[in-house]
Amino acid sequence: MYLDVYSADGGACVAMVGKDCVAIACDLRLGLQALTVSNNFPKIFQYGDHVFLGLTGLATDVATMSDLFRYKVNMYRLREERHIAPRTFANLVSSSLYERRFGPYFVSPVVAGLEPKTGQPFICGFDSIGCIDFAKDFIVSGTATEQLFGMCESLWEPDLGPDALFETISQALLNAVDRDALSGWGAHVYIIEKDKVTKRLLKGRQD
Amino acid sequence: MPGFDFSNYNRNAALHARGVPLPKATSTGTTIVGCIYDGGVVIAADTRATSGPIVADKNCEKLHYIAPNIWCAGAGTAADTEFTTALISSQLELHALSTGRKPRVVTCMTMLKQHLFRYQGYIGAYLVVAGVDPTGTHLFTVHAHGSTDKLPYVTMGSGSLAAMSVFETQWKPSLTQEEAVKLCADAIEAGIWNDLGSGSNVDVAIITADKTTLKRNYIRPNERTQKLKSYAFEKGTTAVLNEKIIRKEDISKLVSVHELTDESGDKMEVDV
Repeated sequence: MYLDVYSADGGACVAMVGKDCVAIACDLRLGLQALTVSNNFPKIFQYGDHVFLGLTGLATDVATMSDLFRYKVNMYRLREERHIAPRTFANLVSSSLYERRFGPYFVSPVVAGLEPKTGQPFICGFDSIGCIDFAKDFIVSGTATEQLFGMCESLWEPDLGPDALFETISQALLNAVDRDALSGWGAHVYIIEKDKVTKRLLKGRQD
Repeated sequence: MPGFDFSNYNRNAALHARGVPLPKATSTGTTIVGCIYDGGVVIAADTRATSGPIVADKNCEKLHYIAPNIWCAGAGTAADTEFTTALISSQLELHALSTGRKPRVVTCMTMLKQHLFRYQGYIGAYLVVAGVDPTGTHLFTVHAHGSTDKLPYVTMGSGSLAAMSVFETQWKPSLTQEEAVKLCADAIEAGIWNDLGSGSNVDVAIITADKTTLKRNYIRPNERTQKLKSYAFEKGTTAVLNEKIIRKEDISKLVSVHELTDESGDKMEVDV
């Protein structure tokens, strides 16, 4: 039996930087190889007003890690009496992953948020052992990585406003997952601005 | 050092026995070089990070801080170069604080090789260590298995052959700072153009007895040209089934940590 942990459950995630805003989006499929088990398995988790984490990869590890970070962030908040900043959270994710350098979780995390003081957009991605990829434009992860890279590289442009950024990230994700059999089945898109967060459920192909 | 957590190891080994390939780590592909000149040392690196054949990061940083007067260029597994240099940097800072002396390059190199040798090459960090300390100017390479070299000019990474060809044809004893920077930048460019694992820009660090100058993106020969046409979509292009807006006022209802203005002593009651 051949099984690849990264494509066993399917899933895709993407984050983009806009003008004074960031976006993060994921698909909703949970599969068991070719069999779709659920069409409502979100992969984006919130850890503060402006801190979001996308997790793709092995679903058991997605669940484990999202809970682990909830615990770690709650402990941080109790100790520090403040919310965690996206950059601090990114370092927490990185060191948590590298701690398991020789027995990793099979996940490819994406962090998106706004810096609390300046309101500057922040996004970054990780490999499974915690190497941070700081990007000024976009981050992709999951089984549709190659498709997403192609979509983002052509559609993304600097200084997109919240509305334009929503259309760009949505079209990038939707069209990428349509060319990936293992992800799709609808999508969640978060547009994060200084004074509000908009969460949208997208209509996507159900095949 | 606290050490690693192996609790997922058996699960992953069982998965691997069933034919699961090991996860793809980001590799720095990489061309990194270093060169001693009269009065200091220069190190340089390209800025491409790869994951298999995919370019994962087009402008990553491969020049790592160890101490104000010691810097490191890293090739191999990106996470390993990042964390190994950070770990040694931290230990060296404490060492400098307790001895009250400036850290030495040999100390740094020895700590790195002993750490890497202990892990028998499984920590895939290939490093160029350079610095100036009270004993002089130093340049070393450290391999993942723990072996080290001490040379006047060095190259490492997948683009090391391309870079070395530049050194072997153009290097001469006794270089000026400008000549050394040019030589290192040319060697990195040889890697950028001729090695598929290397690309994008050239980063340079110049270390002298009194200061270190980091020139991030010293040469940018691969600048993206402006797109001829905008692909921005019209508002309403994407079909939305459901929309939820959380405003700042609503967010504050969910917040369980507040800034306290008075000294009420309620600081522990942060959760609902």
